[in-house]
Amino acid sequence: MSTEPLHAGESASLINDPNATETPWRLPSQRKTGIACLIVTESALFTIFVVAYLFYMGRSLNPPYPAQVLEFPWLGSIALFSSSATIMLAEIMLRKVNRFGFLIWWGLTIVLGAYFIYFTATEWMHLIYGKNLTISSNVFGSTFYALVGLHLSHVFIGLLLLSTVWLLTFFGKIPKDHHEHIEVVSWYWHFVDAIWLVVVTVVYIISVNY
Amino acid sequence: MFDTIIDPNFKAPEPERVGEERVSLTRIVQELVFTVDHKKLGLMYIGSGLMFFVVAGLMATMMRLQLAFPNGKVLEPDVFNRLFTMHGTSMVFLVGMPIIFGFANYLTPLMIGTRDMAFPRLNAFGFWVFFFSGWLLYFSYLAAPGLYAAGSAPDVGWFAYSPLTAKAFSRGHSTDYWTLSLLMGGIGSVATAINIIVTTLCLRCKGMTLGRMPLFVWVFLVAAFLVIIAIPPLSACQIMLIFDRYLGAKFFDTQAGGSAVLWQHFFWIFGHPEVYILILPGFAIANEIVPVFSRKPMFGYPIMVAATVMIGFISLTVWAHHMFTVGMTSLGNTFFVVSTMIIAVPTGIKIFNWLGTMYGGKIRFDLPMLFCIGFLFQFLIAGLTGVMLSVAPFDWQLSDSYFVVAHFHYVLIGGLLYMVFSGIYYWYPKAFGRMLNAKLGHWHFWLFTIGFHLTFGPQHIAGFMGMPRRVFTYEEGRGWDLWNLLSTIGVLIQIPGILFFVINLIYSYIKGKKAGDDPWDAWTLEWSTTSPPPEYNFAKLPEVKSRRPLWDLKHPEDPDWKFE
Repeated sequence: MSTEPLHAGESASLINDPNATETPWRLPSQRKTGIACLIVTESALFTIFVVAYLFYMGRSLNPPYPAQVLEFPWLGSIALFSSSATIMLAEIMLRKVNRFGFLIWWGLTIVLGAYFIYFTATEWMHLIYGKNLTISSNVFGSTFYALVGLHLSHVFIGLLLLSTVWLLTFFGKIPKDHHEHIEVVSWYWHFVDAIWLVVVTVVYIISVNY
Repeated sequence: MFDTIIDPNFKAPEPERVGEERVSLTRIVQELVFTVDHKKLGLMYIGSGLMFFVVAGLMATMMRLQLAFPNGKVLEPDVFNRLFTMHGTSMVFLVGMPIIFGFANYLTPLMIGTRDMAFPRLNAFGFWVFFFSGWLLYFSYLAAPGLYAAGSAPDVGWFAYSPLTAKAFSRGHSTDYWTLSLLMGGIGSVATAINIIVTTLCLRCKGMTLGRMPLFVWVFLVAAFLVIIAIPPLSACQIMLIFDRYLGAKFFDTQAGGSAVLWQHFFWIFGHPEVYILILPGFAIANEIVPVFSRKPMFGYPIMVAATVMIGFISLTVWAHHMFTVGMTSLGNTFFVVSTMIIAVPTGIKIFNWLGTMYGGKIRFDLPMLFCIGFLFQFLIAGLTGVMLSVAPFDWQLSDSYFVVAHFHYVLIGGLLYMVFSGIYYWYPKAFGRMLNAKLGHWHFWLFTIGFHLTFGPQHIAGFMGMPRRVFTYEEGRGWDLWNLLSTIGVLIQIPGILFFVINLIYSYIKGKKAGDDPWDAWTLEWSTTSPPPEYNFAKLPEVKSRRPLWDLKHPEDPDWKFE
């Protein structure tokens, strides 16, 4: 078997020839493709819980019903949605290689996310002890806590990721040119925010007015 | 991006010397536990899949022995229920999934010319999560009775319809083991699927455009997308079931406004794409073997890609054809009848393309091709019974009968398992450097083929005559006796076939003929490296110009890239 290319100048060789003319060979980033796939698969997961919530709307046989107990979570939503803005500002600081600015905005994102968890915790306290709505009260309780809780668990995981990045940056463990790792975390955080938009619409607007 | 990897001064060690120092058992175990190498993980996937295959196959054998004669006394009814549940769950989640992931792991990086998967540690994580999810399921035999002294292994059927799984009907912990095992296995599957997608999209060697990727890789890309979209619904309904069982949630509690039918919808939204997740890899292997053994390039490569993508999309819209007997609206019935029939179109395109590839080719009837031809016939039968079952009134008559059992065993054995065997005969020389013994292989092929048709062919007839699936016994004189006896005899012929296969795997590892790098005179990149490939796969990363890079290398006077 011959490995010699017959035509001069046209390398049919399988092996990379260092002298071959370099045409740019670009492939998508592994980290970004990976996180995009994760977002697709998480979206499929949330879709099922959202469909379950919509399917069970109005099927509870006993109170409490959504319109009686749910109040629109203004403060929590504002905190979570604005955290998408602060994380973008943090990324801008990162590109400017402004580590201090990055820590401030990134830290603010963490505070807003943590406030959202605190807000939801108090809301649940109120629902469980004040309004007697638990996961086993009726199908509304089951679907409500499952859907909002699933989202909450994602906020929690996002917070762990954000805090890891913040601590590593604070202790100077992240090289200045490592944008991509941080960008990937921010994609996840934006996804968590976008899911909240869906959840808040379905749970606090549609089902309350159903 | 390869500038950092290609070092002109790098001298590759002799491939034979790699791993030579591994001698003691502890070293081997240590190597298996610590490894992140895609080839070792691939073989571990296939090996553990085959192990569970033997276990679940023995379960099927016990069920067939019970059903051989009317009023069988081999098994108690509750044991029978556990056996068909464990058999189904194992074959889908612990045999089918790991074996296809094994092939994807081993071959994707070699075929696209790279050194490993995109996330090697995630890859190892995926394997071990799958492996322990399997043991978790089987651990239920020991631990599920708990303090209730209730039944051991899960006995709710592999699709676990509600309300069978409710606390009132499934006491003890057997259903919990089933749920947790599937939830855990799902995490591993999603991790591996993400890895396959990222590897395929981001690590192709220079010149390997999407249009030049081997069809094997294309099909696995689509299957991996199906995994990441279809597994979450399964995980979601498992989470709901855990809430129902442990926290008293009402998702599937019909007395509190919950819906048992919703479980069926959610399960089959996973379940039907899952069928395609399992059968697409069979197509993938056929896409490699049919051209090589017909000595022709693949007929209609772009159409094959399009058909694969179409199957991927349509398979997400057909789930409720499992539920015609539930009683849907006529609009719902019509939609799922039509979508199910439409999916037969791209599948038919594939069969015609394989025939088109074989037509006029100089076909070599080596073992991989034999299994491949078996696959073509059997999968055609499976497809035809599938189209029959897609007709709602026909399904009302035959749903939950042995006809359905015969149908999906023709899909999963006649389709997937034959291609797995075919792929093992084809790539074993690459993985171990030795050919599988042809004589033992022929014994395996013929015994298994005869046994397979004898087992599942008569089940079509038993189903037509009204025999329901999952009955632990039946009375005399219903016209089912002969077909059940034939079916059991078929199993007893399959078993020696599998035995020949297992013996062949071990015998050829020690005494098999040396294979050389490219025993089949094939055209994809995995055959350009040594057998077995070194840990780094390629001393220098390849560069391709066409769909058949090795053809270009072997026939520089007539390269493919001139015509593509």
